[in-house]
Parts: sequence; structure tokens; C-alpha cells
Amino acid sequence: MIHSQQRAPIMEALQRYQAARVVPFDVPGHKHGRGNSELAAFLGETCLQHDVNSMKPLDNLCHPVSVIKEAELLAAEAFGAKHAFLLVNGTTSAVQAMVMTACKAGEKIIMPRNVHRSAINALILSGAVPVYVNPGVDDNLGIPLGMAVEEVKLAILEHPDAKAILINNPTYYGICSNLKEITELAHEYEMLVLVDEAHGTHFYFNDRLPASAMSVGADMASVSMHKSGGSLTQSSFLLINNGVSEGYTRQIINLTQTTSGSYLLMSSLDISRKNLALHGQEIFNKVIEMAQYTRDEINKIDGFYAYSKELINGDTIFDFDESKLSIHTRGIGLAGIEVYDILRDEYDIQIEFGDVANILAYISVGDRKLDLERLVAALTEIRRRYKRDSSSLFDHEYINPEIIQTPQQAFYAPKEILSLPNAVGRVASEFVMCYPPGIPIVAPGERVTKEIVDYIEYCKEKGCFLTGTEDPNVEIINVVKEADR
Amino acid sequence: MNLWYTEDHSPHVRFSFRVEEHLYTATSEFQKIDVFQSTEFGRILTLDGYVMVTEKDEFIYHDMIVHVPLATSPAIEKVLVIGAGDGGTVRELTRYPNIKQIDMVEIDRQVVEVCQKFLPKTAAQLTDPRVNLYFEDGLKFVRQQENAYDLIIVDSTDPFGPGEGLFTKEFYGNCYKALNDEGILVNQHESPFYAEDARGMQRAHKSIMGFFPISKVYQAHIPTYPSGHWLFGFASKKYHPIEDLQADIWNELGLKTNYYNTKLHAGSFALPNYVKELLIHAE
Repeated sequence: MIHSQQRAPIMEALQRYQAARVVPFDVPGHKHGRGNSELAAFLGETCLQHDVNSMKPLDNLCHPVSVIKEAELLAAEAFGAKHAFLLVNGTTSAVQAMVMTACKAGEKIIMPRNVHRSAINALILSGAVPVYVNPGVDDNLGIPLGMAVEEVKLAILEHPDAKAILINNPTYYGICSNLKEITELAHEYEMLVLVDEAHGTHFYFNDRLPASAMSVGADMASVSMHKSGGSLTQSSFLLINNGVSEGYTRQIINLTQTTSGSYLLMSSLDISRKNLALHGQEIFNKVIEMAQYTRDEINKIDGFYAYSKELINGDTIFDFDESKLSIHTRGIGLAGIEVYDILRDEYDIQIEFGDVANILAYISVGDRKLDLERLVAALTEIRRRYKRDSSSLFDHEYINPEIIQTPQQAFYAPKEILSLPNAVGRVASEFVMCYPPGIPIVAPGERVTKEIVDYIEYCKEKGCFLTGTEDPNVEIINVVKEADR
Repeated sequence: MNLWYTEDHSPHVRFSFRVEEHLYTATSEFQKIDVFQSTEFGRILTLDGYVMVTEKDEFIYHDMIVHVPLATSPAIEKVLVIGAGDGGTVRELTRYPNIKQIDMVEIDRQVVEVCQKFLPKTAAQLTDPRVNLYFEDGLKFVRQQENAYDLIIVDSTDPFGPGEGLFTKEFYGNCYKALNDEGILVNQHESPFYAEDARGMQRAHKSIMGFFPISKVYQAHIPTYPSGHWLFGFASKKYHPIEDLQADIWNELGLKTNYYNTKLHAGSFALPNYVKELLIHAE
């Protein structure tokens, strides 16, 4: 052990810096908040005192040699990785760094199509070529699942030149693929295994949860510490393992990451890592118990289905994250997004997201029993007041894409603008997605079909927040010019 | 010795009484519980530093929260009481021979135990055979009931802390469901006077009137509550609190009360103009 997990080197360095009462003739210009009293009053003076610049005693995120390096080593130890990078530009930047470290332009990467937009954005930036594996779909719940091992194997055999395979662990809904077997399979064919663990930070700190990427020997993982880990929004870890080069990965990160790394974000990563390393088992036991209690109570309400491990099928649902509270709402005749809106507008309850058939309530150690009771009681009321026939509801969330071009080719191709209905049959040059969850309905390079357009219209009608197109109203879409195809 | 208890009635107003003895202090799973012996008000129970009940003025609150619905619908047999750990509401209910069942749901067992020990004046009837005590979350209890009660009395603390779930729309909606077609809901409705209390009062009124065809507010003067001007809500699926008042029947029962009478019953629904305006605004 290099250092005790009790330590938080970045926080300690900031405390030393404060105690030294250093006179700041450097940026930021608010100078410990004194130059912007309204901001200091709003965010708190302590917060602004710690919003400082890189300097020798505080290290530098672009090239860590002292306290940030120590924080990275402690994080690597806590996560069981060869090295950990502190990131301040969201897990989006971690996913992009993984893809760009593994693949150069024109190289192939195998991935499920139900990835977050950040993964496909990485393909636009890097020019890597996606090979999509269709995820399983649960017809009853209408949600995309994990990848079947056989499907992955077929993709590998068909594309033995692929450099890497990207896996969600878990999906937004809490569903895990057979990470261990897919990792072993990929390694047999000398492919890197990249794992998007935006929703899996807690897997590293509690033995009742599904396997983490590092624990099964995956090569890289992007971990949203700010979700279940408790750090500040936008802070994240990138983990590497095995033969992945620390130096090269750092270079890739530095292509796009800020040179003014925020010490608020970095210290929040440091402190949260310490907290999870010391108390994770106990914290997530509590979260699992709260989620399970709430799930059991919700399942007593006729019409809602809060699913969990009973879904496990040994393959496309290899494991389920019990700390997630995903609820299928079609049984009461409402789209998930409608329940999401009613909860907020009528009951002052904000949940994580609603899609066409499900809602997700995010449970954490910060929740109180009485708030869980409010959620259950509000759902009881929604059933009493709104239950209706469910036959008119759309029943699936996943449309198999037809890929015509790589995301980068299509994104940068000469394009023309068409209204959505007129775009049927053409190749999209941009994304359309509901956010959250941010899984593209159509991505650049994919053919726009009537099914896709109908689905987009349905999402709009139900009140989903659509995004991705240049047109803020998502009525017109950029498509690749015919002559250039 | 000069020992005083002080409570903030608003961020800028304080209320104090002289304390003779601090009889009990402890922090339960939910809140801080204290009992004082005071010179003027007798024994006093506070939760998280807010006065809940005093021996001297508790009769006003408990008279008004119980006798108003019972004089409107003397046939009431099955009652759900939520909160009310001091036992005063149940004590008044047990005076009605007609009532067959009283279910009391209090989240904090320790409050009941403390009141049974230090406030026998309010808590003595909690052992009545018609009373069933449930120590659980009121919101959880009520959402599991349907068409089950003639009367629900919400004797809650404030819209913050462990009682905050009892001021929500989901709570009142579930109360509606838990009542039968003739059901009445009476609730502690906060005060119209100080801004923060008034907001809680408006929110509660808005939620209740969204569910019940009849939704009225009545008032009482309670010296130890902020401003002394306190409100109760009366909501019903069927009975109007004044038009359906059964004054003769109630008076024949011969219950001796120190605050409530059937004339005051009707008068308590006559509200000051500023309160009426607050309610109209909430609607």
C-alpha cells in the first residue's frame, strides 16, 4: 500500500495553501472570492477560497508529479486499477479518451448500439469505425439489454481486425452483460476491453453488486464518480489496466481536457474516493436496502413494475444492479416520461429520467426514509388518478440501425436539410436522442426510417426532451447529400 | 436562578417562558424530545425545539380538532389519527361512546412513551381498548388504506422535519382514498400570520381542496403557538361543517368542554379578511 486510503492529498494541499495565507497574484481573478462578493455569498466563501490555479504546491492536472499524482495512485489502489486519471470534463471525456486511446482513424471498435452519445461522439472525433452488436431487447419492458456473448463472438469473428470492444456496465437501467466472459473472449483475439461505467462506480465498493471492469481484467473503464460516488458534477475517473500505456493515455486526455483543472472538482474526487474506500460497503448496503424496500412497496401497487434480479437470464441480462430503481409504467397506461412529468409538476418529486415505458429514480446515501415514502405514495396516487388503458402505448425503445457510413464521414459530409418526414430513406448526418438517457435514436451515418420518425414524433408528443439536431425544435434534420453518398 | 425556554416564532420574533425544571431530554431516531416544567404553562413538550403541547392550553387545540368533526357527523365510528403522540386527540375521541375504533399512527414511539410518563393529562386514554397504536410513517400507513374510515384527523407537527410528508399532495390524496363516501378529514393547518407558516397553510389548502368537494378552514386561539392565531382544515366528501352541524345531538351528549361549544363551532368558520385572501390566493 502506497498511502493510506484515509488520506486525501489534494484536500490536504489546499488546506496547507489556505493556512499559508498566500497572496494571490495569479488567476483566478476573483482572488479567493474577494473580487466577486455576490458569487462568494451565493456559493459560499470556503468554496471560492478553494477555487485556485495550478501551482507547484498544488500540482498540475496536465502533468501530475506531486499531490495530484498521489491522489491518482490512491484512486488506482481503491479501484484496483494500474492507474487512475482524475478528469474534470465529465465521463464524456473519459469515454472519448478510451475510444481515442484504443483506436485511430479507420480502425474498428465493437460496441452495442445502446451506448451513450459520448461514445459515438468519440467516433466522430477519432474517425474510428463502429461495429454494432445488437443488444438484446426485453419485449415486455421495451428496454435494450446487455450484449449476448454469442453475438459478440460473431462480431469478433467477422471483424478480427477490430481494436477494441466497448461495453456498458451497467446500462442506465442497471443491466449488466457477461463482462468477464466478453473480456476473456476479446483478449483471446487481442482486442482491448473498454468499459463505460458511468452508472457503475459503486460496483467497486460493495460485494453485493455486479462485477466491476477492473475486477474482471478489462483494460480501461470510465467511472462517473459524480453519480453514485458522490463527487461534484462533471468530475470523473478514467481507469487503466494491463498493457495500456499511462503516458499515451495522458497525451490523449490532454488533447481535449482543460489546462485549468478545477480544484473544486479534483478535491471532490479525492474526498469522495476516500469516503468510498473507507465506507463504501456500508454506504451501498444502505442504498441497496433502500432501493429494495422501495421496489417491494412499488410492486404492491398494481400497474407498476419495479424490476430487479428476477430478470437475470444468464446472458443479455447477466446481472442486475439492485441499487437502481427502474420502474416499468406501461401497466398504468402512462409513458414513463408522463409519470416523470406528473411527479415533478404535481408532487414536487424530481426523478432521474422517464422514457417511453420506464422511469428511473436515483437512490443514494443522501436519501431519507420519508422521501422514499413520498415517492411510493405519489405513485399510488398517480395510479388512482391517472390509470388508463395501455394499448395505445409504444412498446419498444430500441430500433436496429442500418449503418451506411461511419459517424465521422456522415457528420462531415456535405449535407442538406430536410423536414423529419421527408428524411425517410436518407442517411442522417446528425443525432436525434431523448436526453436523458442520451442514447441516440438515430446517429450520424444511419438510415432514417419511417419507424424512427414515428418514434421521434411519439417521444415529442409524450413530452420527452429531444436534442442532437442543429434545429433546436428537432423538426428538421441534416442528412447526407445524395450525390455524395 | 433565571431559566427560560425560548423559541423562534419567526426569524425575527421570539417567545419565552420561565422554566422551573428541565424534566427530560433525548434524541430519538427522528427528533429531539424535551419536557419542561414551566411556571405559567405547566408541563410542556417540545420537539426539535418547537412547542407541541402545554398543559395549560392543550384543551383548546384538542377540543377544536375533535369536537368540530364529531358535532358535524355524530355517527362517526371508525377514526384514524395521524401524529398526535401526546395523546390529547385520542383522549377527546374516547369520550364518544359511539366511536368503536381509533387507529393512531405516530412515527415516533419514544414521543408516546415520554408523554405517557410526563404528560398523563393528555396521554392517559391511549390505553383505552378501542385504541390501536401503530408506530410507523403516517404517509405509509394511509396509502395502504381504502374506503376504510369515517374520519381522519391529521394532528401533525410542522411541514418540516419528520412530519413534512403530512403536508404533501400525495398524503391528502391518499387520505381521500382511505376515507369512505361520508368521510371527513380534519387537519392541523398551520397559522396564517407569519409568512413561513402562511405558506405551509396555503400549500395544504390547495392540495386538500383539489381532492374534496367540501373544503373549509376554521380557527382557534392557541397562546403558545406562533402568533396565537391557529387554523384547522375541515374537508369532507359529503358533510358541510355548518349546514350539517348536529348541534342538538351533540349538546345532548352532555360533554363538558372548556373551549368548544356549538355556537363557537359555527363562528370559528368565520375568518378574518386577510385569511380569506390568503386562501383565495392559494386556490
